[in-house]
Formats: sequence, structure tokens, C-alpha cells
Amino acid sequence: MQLFKDETHFDFMGRIKAAMTFSLVLILIGLGSIVVSGGLKFGIDFAGGTLIQLQFKSPPDIEMIRDGLKTIGLGESTIQEFGSKRDILIRVQRSEEKLEAVGSMVRKSLMEKFNFGEITVERVEMVGPKVGRDLREKALLSILYAIIGIVIYISWRFELQYAIAAIIALIHDVLVTIGAFSIFDKEFTLVIVAAFLTIIGYSLNDTIVVFDRIRENLRRKGKSAISDIINTSINQTLSRTLLTSGTTLLVVIALFFFGGEIIHDFSFALLVGIFIGTYSSIFIASVFLVYWDSRKTAHR
Amino acid sequence: MYKNLKWRILLILVTILGAVALAYPLKEKISLGLDLQGGMHLLLEVKVEKAVEASLERLADDIKRDIGEEDLEVDRIKALFDKLQVNIRMVDTLDLPPVIKIMEGYSFFTKVSEDSDGLGLVYELDADQVKQIEENAVSQGLETIRNRVDQFGVSEPTIQVQGERRILIQLPGVKDPERAINLIGKTARLEFKLVDEDNSLQEALAGRIPEESEILYTRKENKETGEVTKEPFLLKKRTVLTGETLTGAEVRFDGDFNEPYVALNFNSVGAMIFHEVTRENIRKRLAIVLDDNVYSAPVIQDAIPGGRAQITGQFTSEDARDLAIILRAGALPAPVVILENRTVGPSLGQDSINKGLSSIIFGGILVVVFILIYYKLSGMIAVTALTLNIVILVGALAYFGAALTLPGIAGIILTVGMAIDANVLVFERIREEIKLGKTVRAAIEAGFSKAFRTIVDANITTFIAAVVLFQFGTGPIKGFAITLCIGIAASMFTAVFVSRTIFDCTMSRQKLDKLSI
Repeated sequence: MQLFKDETHFDFMGRIKAAMTFSLVLILIGLGSIVVSGGLKFGIDFAGGTLIQLQFKSPPDIEMIRDGLKTIGLGESTIQEFGSKRDILIRVQRSEEKLEAVGSMVRKSLMEKFNFGEITVERVEMVGPKVGRDLREKALLSILYAIIGIVIYISWRFELQYAIAAIIALIHDVLVTIGAFSIFDKEFTLVIVAAFLTIIGYSLNDTIVVFDRIRENLRRKGKSAISDIINTSINQTLSRTLLTSGTTLLVVIALFFFGGEIIHDFSFALLVGIFIGTYSSIFIASVFLVYWDSRKTAHR
Repeated sequence: MYKNLKWRILLILVTILGAVALAYPLKEKISLGLDLQGGMHLLLEVKVEKAVEASLERLADDIKRDIGEEDLEVDRIKALFDKLQVNIRMVDTLDLPPVIKIMEGYSFFTKVSEDSDGLGLVYELDADQVKQIEENAVSQGLETIRNRVDQFGVSEPTIQVQGERRILIQLPGVKDPERAINLIGKTARLEFKLVDEDNSLQEALAGRIPEESEILYTRKENKETGEVTKEPFLLKKRTVLTGETLTGAEVRFDGDFNEPYVALNFNSVGAMIFHEVTRENIRKRLAIVLDDNVYSAPVIQDAIPGGRAQITGQFTSEDARDLAIILRAGALPAPVVILENRTVGPSLGQDSINKGLSSIIFGGILVVVFILIYYKLSGMIAVTALTLNIVILVGALAYFGAALTLPGIAGIILTVGMAIDANVLVFERIREEIKLGKTVRAAIEAGFSKAFRTIVDANITTFIAAVVLFQFGTGPIKGFAITLCIGIAASMFTAVFVSRTIFDCTMSRQKLDKLSI
């Protein structure tokens, strides 16, 4: 079986304008959504706070929980269902340095006040403001270090201009995914940073395969126009690009649907990231190679 | 051409056997992270400045005693906590030179100034000494917590210092997180103080607290209603005896009502002081104070020799047992606060394992079916390589002793998706070469050699990202990073080396005109 019977001759370079517009619109929508919702939404890992996951015997009334929480004085809290109607996630902005077990405190007070039956504390996560700040710093640094490491590697294996084009594609992917997170009102947590680093690595994977072919073709038919060579290279690697993304998407979809609530957002990030990474390695990364090359020839 | 074949097959078999040996039996060899097993991750900060303050106060007491022994009259000695200084005030200017002489014995104090009236001296604690006290507070705190945890009975706890003043504690499979926190985090500063019976408690409560006294409370919780009642006590500030002189603490049961209490044993110094204090204060009340909570304040009936005392209160036997553990392990040199607490219950952990496994299975089946349809018989080779990849991955996880976490499972799933990539790169190349009219053998040869560099380049970027992630990540994230790293490394081996060997193996047996790809 083959995706394409014969070698394809799609004119990707001819679609540059459309692709750029599409990307810009995507990024702008994302950024717009971030502005409208007043910035990115950080989870407790970065913002500090407390998160309590409770399981009830039967679906509870969320309003009742809200009332119950008010009396313990936990401050502002959000309450939502988490995967099923019996699982409830409570998020409190405050983090408690004192040696009190918040989880059991909430559980006890809810059990005493209402007839909820037995409540199980499934998970408690408390991150103090200091640790939140540390983690935020570490997360930003890690993304920075990853990018620097990758630039060095690609400049060494290819040339600097390839590295820059790859990084532009990568930033494009990250921006679009961040935008999607804002649009779908999802939170940034440590695990999401892990997903982003994976997207960064993965997005480059596709890009490099295309670049590698461009380099090979440049050597063989150096005289053709650069945009033709790039176009041919993208076509030659097209079925591979789509296949690999396809298999990876298959498993990520499995993770998205069967992996459970806790890594739902993680798989969401990967889903968006891999999709957009594939698109960008075809339409975005190579564009900047053409741009650079034409400048280079102009200088000569 | 195929002469290395035997050795290559041997290497592959050794790798498989090695991986299986490392990982078998799975349940024992692969440790589960806290998020899958359930358990508690705590990051504590030691309030080292409190330890420094306590030292300063103790030193001020020592200085006072030393000066007193020389028959010099001290006006007052005050510890200035914010500046880490002590101010020694004397009654007579002539006493200053001998005091300076005495202070030479305290080499870690430096004289910074003299009071303008010529009656006082100011000494400052050296920065090195402060640092030492802080370091000691952290290392002693760690030891104390380790002792407490050991006695609490948690299998394979991790307790380590992180940074300068943080202590990381991981307790897998802890059933009662609340109790664990109480046990670990209590400072457990045990003090005996006399009740101030010369002054009125009412006056003190009204705000007129005598200088030498303080108000502390008993906290009593009614187990049924959860109602907390507080009872105030007016106590002398001076601590007559601390928990430092304890040699033992154990739970006993009162003969009449079978009420649990904690029996204490003091060392000889403690016993002597206790004897003296009880002898001189018969009919007065002696309060037992733990972390500024008054546990009880019994009336001293008689002098108590032998260094024995007991703490009674409304204990459940569990409370009493925990209190005994804490007292035996000793007090923390400084209080701790919780910076981070992540606790996962066992049922959620099991749920995560089940969901993780089912996504691996679903994802795996989807990929395998797809590859078989797409590449037919060659697809079989890819699937074999993929299976081997997972085996190596699991073996390597066991070898590195890396805990499997939920993100780690996600890493395995991603590996399944991504590992096939190397095969796809090779197979697509082979197809291209066949289209160019090459023989099967030449096409395979060219396909592998041309795809190899691409595979390395493409995978190394993901590898770089994963290594960075490993450096920065905590717990579960580290698990993800390590599975990703191993998965990528293993996929290069399986997809390039193993697939190639299988191809060569087939080719060496029969000459193929047509490749099922």
C-alpha cells in the first residue's frame, strides 16, 4: 500500500502566501485569546495553590460542596468535575505552609455537614509560592536550554540558516499550541512543559528529515532554483512525513481517549503540537530557507 | 557481505536476553513512581533562622553563667536576634575588662562596639558560625525526620537534603497522609515549665502579663464533635528541663482506666535536675509543654528521683504512640514548613496504571495494524523491531532503577509511535530505490545507508530536548524524560541494526526478486 502511487508534485512553494496567512491568523487568534482571557492560565505548579481530588460514592451537588468549603475558610476556590460526575477537583489559590493536611480537613468537613457518604481523598497537591516561582524559572530555562542545544546541533550538522529556519518553525508550533491552550481554557503545569519540550523535539524531527533531503538534493542538482529543490524535497519526503506523524498521532489519540483525566491535557498538547509540527515542517520551515537563500544571492 | 551475520544475530539475542533478565520478574524489577503507586512527596523548608536564634539565646545564657561565676555583677544580657548580636550590660564600668577576657573564650563572637555609657559591650556572632548552625539544623533535622519515618514504618522512604535548607521526603504507599505529616513536621520541642502561681491568670489574660511569665494553652479536641477547647495557663518563662535529656519514651496504659500515657526516661543530668526541681516545688504545678502547647500541668506531690515522668492527656493509643515516636527521635533543631506536598491515593494510582496500560495496548495495536497493512511482510520486520524496542526499554528502565510514572507510560506510548519512524524512513528509502530500478539487495543496502544519517539527525533533537527535560524535571517528569531518552536510543538500535539484520538474514537464505514492502 502507498499513500501516493507516484512521486508527488504538489506545489508547496506556490502556497507560501496562503500558508503564511493561515499561520499568522492561527497565532493571532491564539494571542488574541490570551489577551482576552487576561494572560495565560497557570496551574498550581507555577502559580502556587492547592488542588484536591475527591471521589464521592454518588454524584454530589457542586453547590453544596461550595457552601461547605466556605465554612472552612479556604479562600477562593474553583470546583469542577474531573472525568466523571463522582470525581471532583477542588482548586484553592491559597497554599498552606502549616502542617495541616488540607485534604483530610476538606473531606472531614464535607462528610460532617452533608450526607455525601464516604469520600475518598484521591490526590492532594500543594505548591507553595516559593516552589512555584522556582518551577516557573526552571521551566523557562529548560525550554531555553533545549532551544540553544538544538540550534548548536543543527548549525553543526547543517548550517546556521537551517538552524534559524528550524527554530522559527519550532517557535511557530509552540505559539500555536499555547494559543490552543488559551482557547480551550487549559492550564499550564509541569507536565505541559514536558509536552512542549517533546513537541519541540518532535517538530524538529520532521523538519530535519526535510532539510536533510534538501541538502542531499542541493548537492546533486545544485543548479536548479532553490525553491524548486525545496519543493522536490518536500514532495519526496511527503509520504514519510505523513506516515510518521500518522503513527505518532494514532498513539497520542489512544492516550487522549484512554489515558485518563490526569494526562488529558498532556495528550491534548501533544495532539495539537504534532499536528501543527507536521504542517510547519512542510510549509513554514522551508520558506525561511528560500528567503535566506534569495538574500544570499542578492548579496552576491 | 553477510559474513558478520552470525555475530550480529548473537549480539541481538544477548541484548534480548539481557533485557529480559534485567526486567524479570516485572513486579519486582520495575519500581513504580509515587503517582502510580500512591504515596506522598513532601518538600520541607527548615526555618534555620529559628535555630540560629535558639543558639544565640543559649549562648547568651552561657555567657551570663560564666560572668556570674567570676562574681561580677551583670545588669542584663540581651540577645539581639535581628542583628545576631548580644548586648552585655554590667553594673560597674570596672567589670568590663574581665568580661572582655571571658569573651575571648567565645572565639566565634567578635566585639563590634561598646555602649556610650561605658557599661555595655556588643558582640556579634561570626558569619561562619551562623552558617554552621544553619547547616547543622538542616542535617540534624534530616536525621531526626529519618528516625521518625523509620519508626513510623514506611517501606523504602527517600529522605534527602535539597539545596541549602530544604528536605525532600518521599513516602511510597503511605496510608494516612495526615498522620505522616504530623509525625514528620512536629518540631517536638518538649519543655517543663513551672506554673506561675504568684500572679493572677485573670490579670495576665487582661493584658498585664508579668515580665518573667507567659500564657500558653492546652488544646483539647473532642473526638466526636471535632470541637476544640483551649484552656490558658500562666507559666514561668524559664524552662526548667527540656526534651534533650530524654533517653526514652514509650506508651503505657494506666491500670485503672486503661488510658494510654507516655512514660519518659531522663539521662542522669536530666534526672538530677528533675529531682531538684520537684523537691523544691512540692505542691506547685509543673507544666509539660510540647511546641508551646500545654499537655498537662500536674501538681508535684513529692520529690521524684530516678528520672521518670509521664505525659498524660486525652490520648487515643495511636496519638500516644506517635508522640512517643516523636519524643524518642528527638526534637527538630528548628521548625519546618511545607513548601510542596503531592499526595496520591492508592486507588487513583491503580486507576492510572490501568488507563496507561490500556492506552499502550490500544495505541500499539493501531500502529501494528497500520504498519502491517502498509508495509506487508516488511511491516512484520518493523513490528518485530518495535516489540524488541519495548523489551529493551523496559530492561533499561530496570537497569537504571528509574521509577515508572504516569508521564513515563506516556513516554513509552510516544516511543511506540516515534520508533516506527526510523523504520518508515528506511522503508520509504528502499521503495524509492526500488523505483529507481535497483535490485532488491542493492535497494535495501542503499535504503539503510542513506536513511541512517537522517535517522540520527532527526532523533538527536528529540534526545536533546529529553535530556534537558531530565535535568530540570522533578519526579514524574524525570520518568517521562528517561523513557523518552531510552526509547529513542533503543529505536535507533532496533530499527536500524535489528531490522537490517533480519533483512540480511532473509536475503542470505533466498534470493528475492521482489520485496514485500
